[in-house]
Amino acid sequence: MTLSHLLSERAAAAVDVRRAARTSKVSGGVLLALVVLLAALPYVVFSDVTDTLVNFFVLVALAGMWNLLAGFGGLVSVGQQAFIGIGAYSVIALADLGVQPYLAVPLAALTCVVFAVPTSWLAFRLRGDYFAVGTWVIAEVYRLLVVRIDALGGASGKGLSGLSGLDPALRGALTYWVALTLTLATVGGCYLLLRGRVGLSLMAVRDEETAASAAGIDVTRAKRIVYLVSAAGCGAAGGVITVSSLSVNPDAIFNVQWSAYMIFIVVIGGIGFIEGPLIGAVVFFALQQLLADFGSWYLVILGVVGIAAARWLPGGLWGLVRDRTGLSLFPVGYHVRTGDVR
Amino acid sequence: MQWINALVQGLLLGGLYALFATGLSLMFGVMRIVNLAHGDLAVVASFLALALVGGTGLPLWVVIVVTVPLFALLGYLTQRVLLQGSLSSGPMATLLVTFGLSIVLQNVLLEIFSADTRTLDSGSFATSSFHLGPITVGWLPLVTFLLAGAVLAGIGVFLSRTGLGRMLRASSDDRETASLVGADSRHVYGVATAIAFATVALAGLMFAVRSSFDPATGPSRLIFAFEAVVIGGLGSLWGTLLGGIVLGVTQSIGSQIDPAMTLLAGHLVFLAVLAFRPQGLLAGRTA
Repeated sequence: MTLSHLLSERAAAAVDVRRAARTSKVSGGVLLALVVLLAALPYVVFSDVTDTLVNFFVLVALAGMWNLLAGFGGLVSVGQQAFIGIGAYSVIALADLGVQPYLAVPLAALTCVVFAVPTSWLAFRLRGDYFAVGTWVIAEVYRLLVVRIDALGGASGKGLSGLSGLDPALRGALTYWVALTLTLATVGGCYLLLRGRVGLSLMAVRDEETAASAAGIDVTRAKRIVYLVSAAGCGAAGGVITVSSLSVNPDAIFNVQWSAYMIFIVVIGGIGFIEGPLIGAVVFFALQQLLADFGSWYLVILGVVGIAAARWLPGGLWGLVRDRTGLSLFPVGYHVRTGDVR
Repeated sequence: MQWINALVQGLLLGGLYALFATGLSLMFGVMRIVNLAHGDLAVVASFLALALVGGTGLPLWVVIVVTVPLFALLGYLTQRVLLQGSLSSGPMATLLVTFGLSIVLQNVLLEIFSADTRTLDSGSFATSSFHLGPITVGWLPLVTFLLAGAVLAGIGVFLSRTGLGRMLRASSDDRETASLVGADSRHVYGVATAIAFATVALAGLMFAVRSSFDPATGPSRLIFAFEAVVIGGLGSLWGTLLGGIVLGVTQSIGSQIDPAMTLLAGHLVFLAVLAFRPQGLLAGRTA
């Protein structure tokens, strides 16, 4: 046994490295119970509650995808509505070809990955701040191209075929479960992705790109993976929006408003934490429902809160909670404790 | 002959795009800030002029003389109060702050002025034109083009000939070294933002006279400015002029082929530049 072996073994024995704190085991149980409760909800409450929750789930999923992109990949995009739109139109087109619309939702995610590959070639040529506006232009190009396709309804949009035969109550419940699955898949997907090798390289890139690159991390590859995953998630969310609203309108689905929602939810909730979008979505949704009678003032308030959060509270609400309590529902780092040194 | 006409109209429109894009280019060149509220500021200037003309009956040129310095002041204050602090928190913070500003401005305008489409009436001047051989040239596009050219030349002279302009360029090249030799970066940044806001207001007023606008017009205007800057080359004043003209001509020729192609043609040229010449047509010096 060499000296370095001996030393590293002693060092390993001296510290205790583990992923989860005790609190995250407790909170994991609570989360699991919450998911079971949510899954059973269509049997318990009226459909207007589940219909509202579908919108909420879509927002959580979208915000989670933007958080993955910006908070972990460092890619601030204002153009994710491109993939929401492509996902929505994929479901419309696949349903026209006879695919069951609910099954078309995961296929829409795949379509978005196919579109995201060439898009990333172009968008990744713009660095930093210019990436934001560049992705926005690309989203506009997709909108302008889609409205030129007559088979997709042109500028006036198109209705979804293939769901008219279903009983409205069953349709509502199925849509709800699909939306819930989407949210669980995006949150769980982010968690698994970030725990693994990709997550480690991403966080290294985010914190110090040059050093990460010098340490042998393929920076562009890590960013591209995140971009593709985010495109897939936004595409599936676009698909859920379509099966929920039963039609699509190009100006609404490709609207930059989606980016505004995602960005404000994440910034208020806490950028760079998986928990951030969850909390942010609750705040956003509450504001939206409370101020529903006051036109677009909720967006004004949201903008002001967003500016304030970006300016004075860079960790968002979850950053506050974590600083106070050390709580982490989705630990992606490690806890290191020094044991008794022999 | 209609193609030459389209070319001339596009050229004149391009001058306005360039004037509008200058502020975006200047703020990025000096502070590395991409102002996502850029387009909305122009729309705010348009609505302000609309309210002033409608409310006081003042002639348009007086409104312009009032609005532009007002925006310069607003720009200085915005930089010192809102942007300066977020600069230290990294590029993402400034991006989020300006995006928040954009959403706030849009929705405040929406609540005050409703979503109706408006135009700023400037009397017979807006529609009068003269013939140059077979080509019809409107007085308004020509005057806006000349004014844009004059303002750009003025900013160019300011940057290259005056002490403050030199400090601006120095800060844009290397902030730390510039402040070592006595440039107060906060004041310099405030001046850059003031110039940016003043040109945005001027461009916004010209847009308002030329074409209709509503509270949601800002983002598409921002995209034009952004495309002009990237096509021309980041951080180059004359590149921005060239980029604006390329964009204007492309849009004009695109609309000649098919009116629905106007915007798409501009976007496609932008993407082509991005794919094949990402440094822009006139790549080069900063500011």
